[in-house]
Amino acid sequence: MKALAARRHDRRAPALLLLLALLLVGAVYAVVAPSSAQAATKTATADDIAAGEKLFQANCSTCHGPSAAGTDSAPSLIGVGAAAVDFQVGTGRMPMQMSGPQAQAKPVQFTDEQIAQLAAYVASLGAGPSIPTSEMVDPALGDSASGMALFRTNCAMCHNAIGAGGALSQGKFAPNLWGTTPTHLYEAMLTGPQSMPVFNDANLTPEEKRDIIAFIDEQGNGSPGGLDLGSLGPVSEGLWAWVVGLGLLLGLSVWIGAKSS
Amino acid sequence: MSDLKTAPSRGAKAAGATADYLDQRTGVGNAVKFFARKVFPDHWSFFLGEIALYSFVTLLISGVFLTLFFVPSMAETHYEGPWPSMNGVEMSEAFSSTLRLSFEVRGGLLMRQIHHWAALIFMASIVVHMFRVFFTGAFRKPREINWVVGFVLLILGLAAGFSGYSLPDDVLSGNGLRITDGVVKAIPIIGSYLSYFIFGGEFPGTDLIPRLFTVHILLVPGLILALIGLHLFLMVMHKHTQYPGSGRSNTNVVGYPALPAYAGKLLFNFFVVFGVIALMAGTMSINPVWNYGPYDPSPVSAGAQPDWYMLFLEGSLRLMPGGTEIMLGSYTLSLNVIIPAMIVPGILFTLLGAYPFIEAFATGDKSEHHVLDRPRNRPFRTAFGVSLLVAFGILVLAGSNDLIATHFHMSINDITWAFRVLIFVGPWLAFLITKRICLGLQRKDRELVLHGHETGRIVRYASGEYIEVHKPLDAHERWLRVQHEAIRPLEIEPAEDSRGVRRKGYKADRLRQRLSQLFYEDRVEPVTPAELAAAHAAHGHHDDHAVETPHGVPAQVGAGAPASETAADERNH
Repeated sequence: MKALAARRHDRRAPALLLLLALLLVGAVYAVVAPSSAQAATKTATADDIAAGEKLFQANCSTCHGPSAAGTDSAPSLIGVGAAAVDFQVGTGRMPMQMSGPQAQAKPVQFTDEQIAQLAAYVASLGAGPSIPTSEMVDPALGDSASGMALFRTNCAMCHNAIGAGGALSQGKFAPNLWGTTPTHLYEAMLTGPQSMPVFNDANLTPEEKRDIIAFIDEQGNGSPGGLDLGSLGPVSEGLWAWVVGLGLLLGLSVWIGAKSS
Repeated sequence: MSDLKTAPSRGAKAAGATADYLDQRTGVGNAVKFFARKVFPDHWSFFLGEIALYSFVTLLISGVFLTLFFVPSMAETHYEGPWPSMNGVEMSEAFSSTLRLSFEVRGGLLMRQIHHWAALIFMASIVVHMFRVFFTGAFRKPREINWVVGFVLLILGLAAGFSGYSLPDDVLSGNGLRITDGVVKAIPIIGSYLSYFIFGGEFPGTDLIPRLFTVHILLVPGLILALIGLHLFLMVMHKHTQYPGSGRSNTNVVGYPALPAYAGKLLFNFFVVFGVIALMAGTMSINPVWNYGPYDPSPVSAGAQPDWYMLFLEGSLRLMPGGTEIMLGSYTLSLNVIIPAMIVPGILFTLLGAYPFIEAFATGDKSEHHVLDRPRNRPFRTAFGVSLLVAFGILVLAGSNDLIATHFHMSINDITWAFRVLIFVGPWLAFLITKRICLGLQRKDRELVLHGHETGRIVRYASGEYIEVHKPLDAHERWLRVQHEAIRPLEIEPAEDSRGVRRKGYKADRLRQRLSQLFYEDRVEPVTPAELAAAHAAHGHHDDHAVETPHGVPAQVGAGAPASETAADERNH
C-alpha cells in the first residue's frame, strides 16, 4: 500500500491522469456524438482532393470562381461541406443546365466516384456538414408517426401533405419527394438547397430527420383507396369527377337517349 | 298461350288480388294509372336532372352506412391501428373513427369513397342540369318557382357538401373551417359574435363536429328531400317541357308514356349512375384523410383546396389583393375578405337565381311556355349564361393556381395577375363572342330556310350563267328553324301626353325599355311565310326543278334561262 501511495504521488501522475481523462472524453464523444464527418472525409485521401480540384476547375469554376469563393452569378462554396455537394451534384441539379427560377433536377452528370472527389475537395476548403452514414438515413430505423407530425409542421406547407410537391413564388417550386433517396433527403434538410430553409441538428435532431425520412418512405406507393390521382387533393379529384364521372354519365345519357329516338 | 289466358297462374292471381286489396283501401290504382300514362318527352338532356336525383339516392344509401361507424365527437383519443404513420398520434374521435371506418370496417373505405364521389357527381350534375334548363329557357312561366326551388337545392347541395367533408376533422377540412371562421368574422358588427356562436367559443372549440353532424345528416338532407319532392311535384304538375319540332306546341306534350317502356329506362338510369359512381369509388382514391392527419390549427399543407364546387370561393379569395383592410377608428373593416367571399359570390349567385325574373321583366311576356328555346334563338340569354360560367370557371382556375403553376411550369404570381385581369375581361369577352356566334347561327338558319341546302351541283345555262342547285328544306327541318317567335324591344308610351303633361311611371317604363333593348336590340328574326314565299317566287323554281328532275339538267341548259334568273341579286346563291 505504501509503495502504491508513494507512486500515486509521483509528480508525473497529474499529467498522466489528464491524458487519460482526455482520451476517455474523446472516446465517449466519438461513441455518443452523431457521427458526422465520416464517410467522405474519412476515406478522402489527398489524391481524392486533388482529383476533385481538377473536376472543380473544369466543371464548376466558371460560375463559382477558380478558388470556389463565389462570383456574382453563384455563391461561395467554402464551408458548404460535402453534404451540399453530394446533394446538388448527386441529384443532377449541379452543374446547372440553364438559369431560371431554380436549378432543376436532371440526369446526374458525374460518376459516384467523381462526386465523392468533388465533395472531398469542397469539404477541404472549410468545415461544413458532411455526408450522412447509411444508418443515419435508414427509413427502417425511423418512426413514421413521429415523422408525420414533424413533416406536417415543417415540410408540408411547401411540399404538400405527403410530399407530392407544391408551388412557390415566381416559378419556383418545392419538388415531389417520393423519388429522392434517403441520403439526399437528409442532405437537403441539413444544407437547405435553394429556397429551402436549413434544418440544422438543433432544429431537427438527426433522429427526427430519420423519422421524416421514414414517413416519406411510406408515401407515393399508391393509396389504399385505388389510384392516388397524384395525391394533389380535391382539385385533381374534382377534375376526375368531371372527366371520368360526368364524362361517362353524359356519354351514357346520350346513348340511352339516342336508343329510342 | 290461350291456356295461360284462360287460366291465370297462381302468381298472377296473387298479384292481382294484392293490387285489388291495396286499391280498395288506398285508391292507389288512380295514381298508378296516372303515372303509367304520364308522358315523357325523349331527349338525352332530360336525364341530367335524373343523374342528380340518383346520385342523391346513392348519397343517402352510402351515408346511412357511414353513420353506423362514424363517431361525431371531438373528444381526444390516441389511434392504434393498421395505418403506421398515425400510430399513437393524438386525435379526435371523429378522425379516429374515420380511420377505423376506412381501414378496419369491411367495405368501409369503398362506402366512404362512394359517398364522396357521389357528392362530387351530385353537384356536377346539378350544375349541368341547371344550365340545360337555363340555356333552353325552361325556367320561363310557369316554371319560375321551380327554378328557384332548384336554385335553393344547389345552395343546399353546397351546404351538404361543405358540412360533410368537414366531418372527418382532418387538417385539410379544418383549414376550410378556419377560412369559414375568417369569413364569418369579417361580417361587419356581428361577425365575431356569430363566429363564437357557430363554434361554441373560440375556433375550433369542441362543439363543431357534433353540430356539423346534425346539419349534415338531418337538417340539410331533410330539406333537400322535401325540396326534391316539391321540385318533382311541380315538374309533374307543369308537365315536362319539350324541344321544338313539328307537332310539338305549348298545348301538347309529345313523348312516351311511362309504361311499358319508359319506366324501365328510368330504372336503368339509376343503375347506370350507381354503377359509374361505384366504379369510380372502386378504382380511384378520394379524400385520403390519413394523408392530411388529424386537425391541428397550425399546419397548412401546399395544395390545400376545398372540393371542386367550393373552389370558386377559394379562387375569389386567392385573387383578392391584400392590404385592403380599412381601419375605422378601432374597428377593422376586412374588405379583403368581404369582397371576395361575400360580394363576388353574392353577385354571381343572385344573377343566377334571379335571372328568370329579370328576363321576364325585360321581355314583358306573360304567356306560358312549354316548348324549349334553341339557345341560338335567345342570344342575350345564351351569352349571359356562358359569361356566368366563364366567371365561375376563372374563379375555379384561380383557386387551383398553385397546381397550374407546378404542372405547367409557370410563375404563380403571373398566373394570379392574369386571372385578376381575366375575371373582369373574360366574362365580357365570352358574352360578346357567344352573342355573335348565336346571331351567326340564326343567320345561317335564315339562309337555309330561304335558299335550302347546298348540293354542290353547279349547273350552266345556255346563256352562260352558272348557278348552284339548292335543295329546299323539308317541312320538319323548316319548322324547327322558323317556329320561334321574334322578341323585339318593348315599346313604351311617350313621356308626355298630347297636351305636354308628363306621364306618371314614365321613368320606370324607360328603365324597362332600356333593359329590353339590352336583351333584344341585336336580333335576327325568323323567316316569315311572306319572306319564304318571296324567296321561292324569286328563284325557287329552278332549284326545285333541278332537284326534282336530276336527269333534266341538259334540257335546262338547252332551254335557256328566263330573264328573272339572271337578275344580279340572284347570281351568288
